Amino acid sequence: MNRELKRVSIVVMLMFVALLGSTSVVQAFQADNLSADPRNTRTLYDSYQVERGAILVKGKPIAQSMPADDDFKFLRTYTNPELYAPITGYIPINGEPTGLEFALNSELTGASNSQFFDKISALVTGQDPKGAAVEVTIDPVAQQAAWDALGDYTGSVVVTEPATGRILAMVSKPSFNPNLLTVHNNAEVTASYDALVADPNNPLINRAINSLNPPGSIFKLVVTTAALESGNYTPESTFLNPSVYTAPGTTSVIENSSGGTCGAGETVTLATALRLSCNIPFAELGVEMGDTTIRETAEKFGFNSTHSIPMTVSESTYPRGLDDPQTAQSAFGQFNVTATPLQMAMVSGAIANGGVVMAPNLVQEILAPNLSAIQTFEATELGRVMSEETAATITAMMVNGVQDGAASNARIDGVDVAGKTGTAQNGSTDPFTLWFTGFAPANDPQYAITVLVENGGGEGQTGFGNKLAAPVAKKVLEAVLNK
Amino acid sequence: MSKASALSAQPATGPVRRLHLPQKLRNLELFLVLIACFINASAVVLVQLGALGELDPTLMLLGAGLSVLVISLHVVLRFVARDADPFILPIATVLNGIGIAMIYRIDIANKQGGWESAAVRQTVWSALAIFSAIVVLLVIRNHRVLFRYTYIAGLVGVLLLFLPLIPGLGQEISGARVWIHFGSFATFQPGEIAKIALAVFFAGYLVRNRDSLSMVGKKIFGARFPRFRDLGPILVVWALSMSVIIFQRDLGTALLYFGLFLVMLYLATGRLSWVILGLGLFLGGAVIASQTLNYVNGRFTNWLDALNPDVYNAKGGSFQLVQGLFGLAKGGLLGTGWGQGRPEITPVPQSDYIIASLGEELGLAGLFAILALYLLFVARGFRIGFAGQDDFGKLLAVGLAFVVALQCFIVIGGVTRVIPLTGLTTPFLAAGGSSLVANWIIAALLLRLSDTVRNQPRLVV
Repeated sequence: MNRELKRVSIVVMLMFVALLGSTSVVQAFQADNLSADPRNTRTLYDSYQVERGAILVKGKPIAQSMPADDDFKFLRTYTNPELYAPITGYIPINGEPTGLEFALNSELTGASNSQFFDKISALVTGQDPKGAAVEVTIDPVAQQAAWDALGDYTGSVVVTEPATGRILAMVSKPSFNPNLLTVHNNAEVTASYDALVADPNNPLINRAINSLNPPGSIFKLVVTTAALESGNYTPESTFLNPSVYTAPGTTSVIENSSGGTCGAGETVTLATALRLSCNIPFAELGVEMGDTTIRETAEKFGFNSTHSIPMTVSESTYPRGLDDPQTAQSAFGQFNVTATPLQMAMVSGAIANGGVVMAPNLVQEILAPNLSAIQTFEATELGRVMSEETAATITAMMVNGVQDGAASNARIDGVDVAGKTGTAQNGSTDPFTLWFTGFAPANDPQYAITVLVENGGGEGQTGFGNKLAAPVAKKVLEAVLNK
Repeated sequence: MSKASALSAQPATGPVRRLHLPQKLRNLELFLVLIACFINASAVVLVQLGALGELDPTLMLLGAGLSVLVISLHVVLRFVARDADPFILPIATVLNGIGIAMIYRIDIANKQGGWESAAVRQTVWSALAIFSAIVVLLVIRNHRVLFRYTYIAGLVGVLLLFLPLIPGLGQEISGARVWIHFGSFATFQPGEIAKIALAVFFAGYLVRNRDSLSMVGKKIFGARFPRFRDLGPILVVWALSMSVIIFQRDLGTALLYFGLFLVMLYLATGRLSWVILGLGLFLGGAVIASQTLNYVNGRFTNWLDALNPDVYNAKGGSFQLVQGLFGLAKGGLLGTGWGQGRPEITPVPQSDYIIASLGEELGLAGLFAILALYLLFVARGFRIGFAGQDDFGKLLAVGLAFVVALQCFIVIGGVTRVIPLTGLTTPFLAAGGSSLVANWIIAALLLRLSDTVRNQPRLVV
């Protein structure tokens, strides 16, 4: 019997080896994956055990963790919640965080690599661990002015500092109250969330970085840059000036928004076409240059790639492989050309910055609990898209557009504003998308601003960029320039 | 070894020798039992500090009572089984104590206290179980008595097994009908006791009939297969296991009984063909069950595709299994420490999933220690099998030890996804009175058997 006994002993041994193996696999090798599983509520509760760092605007918290007398220990509380919702996002107990709460989660919870030694020292000294605070680049004056100026429109305002790419204001409307989504009650959170998702105006979307619209005429800035940089065109280059244009190889017609010609005369200059925002000369220019040239310039501005501010900015697109009629339409920002307000802010920001595109950025500093800076963000150049001369030329053309052209409603007494309006079509009957992008003061640009008004600003196909978007930009610029 | 020697008289153990020889084994046992009690007390203190933030003397007193009872058992051994194995009692003690500490820890998380709490019930059951062990040691002075009751044991085993099916007495809890209840107070899982009765029956039956089972039969492909008329017993046990699957909806228990029978059959006859035949029968039955019975099929899906969101969210899906894995993952290598994890998130964290709860708070290191304790416990049982002189004792010891090993494998393997999850208690650890009583009786029988082995004239060793 002992021979059999030996064999059974081996079987028993193998059974235990299997258990030692399986526990090792689960607890050692799969542990990280299992902990990262979104269904793992243990990880979620853990993330609340640490006092999450605050999100600060000029030192004042817009998101902070207040002590709570329950399992979560801390309640995330937002000050001025609707104004800053697109920046902070929210961190619910039963889902994924959004906004900076998501993008900087490991810093806010103190789990990032750069906080490793702080964590160790907290362990040794017996202090409660704390996450890092985040100071954002937002200027509260600009943010409030942008919020007020946008009024009841569905849309967004982005203000940046051209020289650095710092985002000074980022407003998205309609907004929401993130405090409703951080309460420690699953059912309440779910009810609030479902209501927000069901809202046809999509308040949870941060339109500044995640809403893709046809840029319309403000894309002419990109095309103008491509033309001037090619060396084949100057502002005085002329184009035929018909009232109706049919691109080669098609029968569909393109008209100017006025319905007539672009000013008087048989021909029209590029400068005039941009100032009056005419479509036909740009369609002709686009076809002459070809889509590849336009795409290369657009991509230098940041199109066709995502950006991290550190939230992920949706990819603005200039499509590939266009034929002539499509290129003609793309030259004035239609036919599947899409852009986020932030992307257009990068375009006018680059023009304001002498032709260098700056990486947009929302975070100024990461601060340890003792307020020493763990990480300070420096301005980063993405590359030069045009020469300083070209930038100066386009600036002058944009100033003319505000002084005496299609963007006249952005005019401010005593300050030269460079600007460009856009009125983009979304289909034959859908409301227009209205834009303004520009900067001021034109001779020493401090603020670049992009205004997006979706859904026609409530005026369907009768509203246009200069009527609805330009005044918003004017109000914001007046506020930040103290005019 | 022949039947005659299996039934030979008990060797004489004179009282004279007992007076003179120093009880080295018992002294070692006492030392280890004291360490075990210290570990158990520390666990409860750490739970209180970790989860409660303060010390509460109630459970400490109960625990001290338990320690006294364990030491009484040790004293009983000094008189009635002085040469018993010195490791079995300390291992059972420490596993039992760690189990109580974890159950207590989960009570705290669920804000349960007082006499109704699971930890107090578990402590009371532990006392009852240790008392049962003492009674077994006092009543059964020679394990060969059990040989006489082979068929009665078999009958008792089968009756116990089917007790829960009697209307009015049986109770269905989380889908399995394996409990009986007395009034509203206590529920009892008679299947746990049945496994001991069946082990006695198998050992006795096989020792009597091994010759006809092993010698006769046709040779097919080099293996000797039994005659059809000798297939009777294996078919009966197989039918028994299958009826457990079908009527009591309890896959784990069926696997346990059948595995026990197969191993003992193999040990007794030395015929691998029996094992092949038996495994074939069981796998065939299980495959048919998995196709026809929803609950069996669900178990397989949960096992193979646990993290799939559809399986996870399904009713009776892998939610529990995955929560257990999350708990284990949270524990990592060293665990969160007593009272620092969140084992209460997993459903039934104190019974079926106690190993996941322990893995969360004690980590992989703690689980390795627990597995090592089980392995040592089982090894002590097998050691009796190797050193034993009579076949009945050998078979019974190995059978009892194997039942503990197989039960660990089925439940821990189920929690860690080695095999599909089936509900079984983790021996000594998990909350449940019947399981505690059964396992302490197994410990008592192993102690009794090991004493006999040591008492026999050492001709070979």
